[in-house]
Amino acid sequence: MQIVFYILKRILQTVPLLVIVSLLSFFIIRLSPVDPLADLRLNPSVSKETLARETQRLGLDKPIIVQYAKWALSFARGDLGVTSNGERVSVKLKERIPNTLLLTVVVIFLTWVVGVPLGIAAAVNWKSNFDRLLTILTSIGMAIPSFFFAVLLLIFAVKTGWFPVGGLTSANFHGMNFFQKVWDITHHLVLPVTVLFTISLAGLQRQMRANMLDVLESDYVKFARAKGLSEFQVIYKHALRNALNPMITLLGFEFAGLLSGAALTEYVFQYPGLGRLILEAVLRSDINLVMASLMIGAVMLIVGNLIADILLLLTDPRIRAGANV
Amino acid sequence: MFREVWQNLMKDKFARAALLVLGLIYAALLFAPLIAPYSKDFSDRTMAYVPPSKIYTIDENGSLSRPYTYNWVREFDENTLQITCVPDRGQKHYLQFFKGGKIVSVKDGGRLFLLGTDINGRDVFSRLLYGGRISMTIGFLALLILFPIGLLYGGISGYFGGKTDMLMMRFAESVMSIPSFYLLIILASILPSGMTSTQRFLLITVILAMIGWAGFARVVRGMVLSIKNQEFVQAAKSIGAGRLYIIVKHILPQTTSFVVVAMTLSVPSYILSESGLSFLGLGIQQPDASWGNMLKEAQEFTNIIYRPWLLTPGFLIFVAVLCFNLIGDTIRDVLDPKSKVR
Repeated sequence: MQIVFYILKRILQTVPLLVIVSLLSFFIIRLSPVDPLADLRLNPSVSKETLARETQRLGLDKPIIVQYAKWALSFARGDLGVTSNGERVSVKLKERIPNTLLLTVVVIFLTWVVGVPLGIAAAVNWKSNFDRLLTILTSIGMAIPSFFFAVLLLIFAVKTGWFPVGGLTSANFHGMNFFQKVWDITHHLVLPVTVLFTISLAGLQRQMRANMLDVLESDYVKFARAKGLSEFQVIYKHALRNALNPMITLLGFEFAGLLSGAALTEYVFQYPGLGRLILEAVLRSDINLVMASLMIGAVMLIVGNLIADILLLLTDPRIRAGANV
Repeated sequence: MFREVWQNLMKDKFARAALLVLGLIYAALLFAPLIAPYSKDFSDRTMAYVPPSKIYTIDENGSLSRPYTYNWVREFDENTLQITCVPDRGQKHYLQFFKGGKIVSVKDGGRLFLLGTDINGRDVFSRLLYGGRISMTIGFLALLILFPIGLLYGGISGYFGGKTDMLMMRFAESVMSIPSFYLLIILASILPSGMTSTQRFLLITVILAMIGWAGFARVVRGMVLSIKNQEFVQAAKSIGAGRLYIIVKHILPQTTSFVVVAMTLSVPSYILSESGLSFLGLGIQQPDASWGNMLKEAQEFTNIIYRPWLLTPGFLIFVAVLCFNLIGDTIRDVLDPKSKVR
């Protein structure tokens, strides 16, 4: 029950946070010298009425505070407005958010499945050749710029022809049956996932190794050894649980980092995700689209952190005791 | 403290190698006008996209000769409809050393492109050196702006406490909840287009500093909270020292070792941010060079497949970041013995 209260409290806390985020980003974007309706004005398929409605809805003729209030009111009502091409922002977002989520969730899953065991293995074999090799590999993984790595993989894809270049689906996607569709998406995901996976794996493996080394030195692990438990039991039953807790906090950060890191990767691979959307929107000063995708990005980040905190609450009794206060 | 850091850097062979490589890179950037055969804006339109010049030391008779090179000429093959670059064997251009203020150059009429040219016929090697001056300093400059702001913000927030603390922290948290790269591109997009390159460089530096100060300020605040109740702070208070004076003079110096560690660990991420931003065309703009905007040309398939020399800035970014990471790890091991990430 207390956990439910805690979650409710946290959700309530995010509301003022989002208000400040929206205020901040709105004022930053309105500083931009580009006319947000320029595209709309030049587009012959956009009617005069739409233009007038948009000008009025955004209140572009009014002071910036009024503009913000207008935007915030319609945002709260769930009306995200139209993009400068005349499409509905909500439709655009609906098509992009799942793609970005798919990419990040797949990457997080893979990094955890691979990174945590590698971290444990490195810590258990501390200062062995295996550990040194992993340290060198992770150093390389952390240093390679994501967009450069993506470009290199593109060369690879073009030269070998093994992987499709860019996008998420093939041209004939709609004519496929379910399994072909799944295979098609997987095939397209391989390269972007490889880029993000390599980069986030390095950080995760190092963190896990550090936590594990910390825990292995603690008194209760020494005690467990002294008690005569097998090495397997010491590591997986006593040490691992405690080493994993700080990693859960990291989950939230990792999610945030991936949202940012994905933007460049999405751009290089022409992947239809949120990061590329916001980039295109920013370049056109498409205020509705930028604001909406920024807010969604912020919400995703906050929710990611919230999930991490709740998981931590469930796994760590010490924090559970603290949250009651 | 610094002597200990230095000794450890010298002891670790990776860190030593990293220091050496970074030293070489910075020396090359410093002496760029001497080393680069051309200026950053030099362009020869007839020589667009030519591959790296080949340098010969053995001539066609098989005997040893002074090093020379051939110019590239473009030939159009009517059967395959392809343009290829072939060396013009008609004339040798001998390399000359320490002439005209350059370490290596060729006489008039000859062209020495050590790493080929880009679309405008500009020498990639020379631009790499001049561009590196921007790419390798912008991170440090951003840190010099970011750290005082973060320190003061965190210091005031933690020391004042109460409502001030709450308001300041909510603000910092909301900055942190915008995915950093999104914030970066939004800030970069509001820069007006008609700026001089110096103005643009400074503003990009400020923008980079806008990212990350919040997270840093939060950690500083946490440290201040634990420091502010210690006796020396109470002593300062009792002799009537002002609050800002106490924060700056007595509390913030206690965070030095954390600050040094955080700074060395965050240099690479700012180098990466700048190159990413310039890669997208939002950072340093043409005709100025930076490693990121030189890689912009690598966005085209034909370029990356037929003109791999255009990728060299990427390898340099990689090497520089790797070296900074290795050094940062060693410094952290010394100043923050509890963490054992290496």
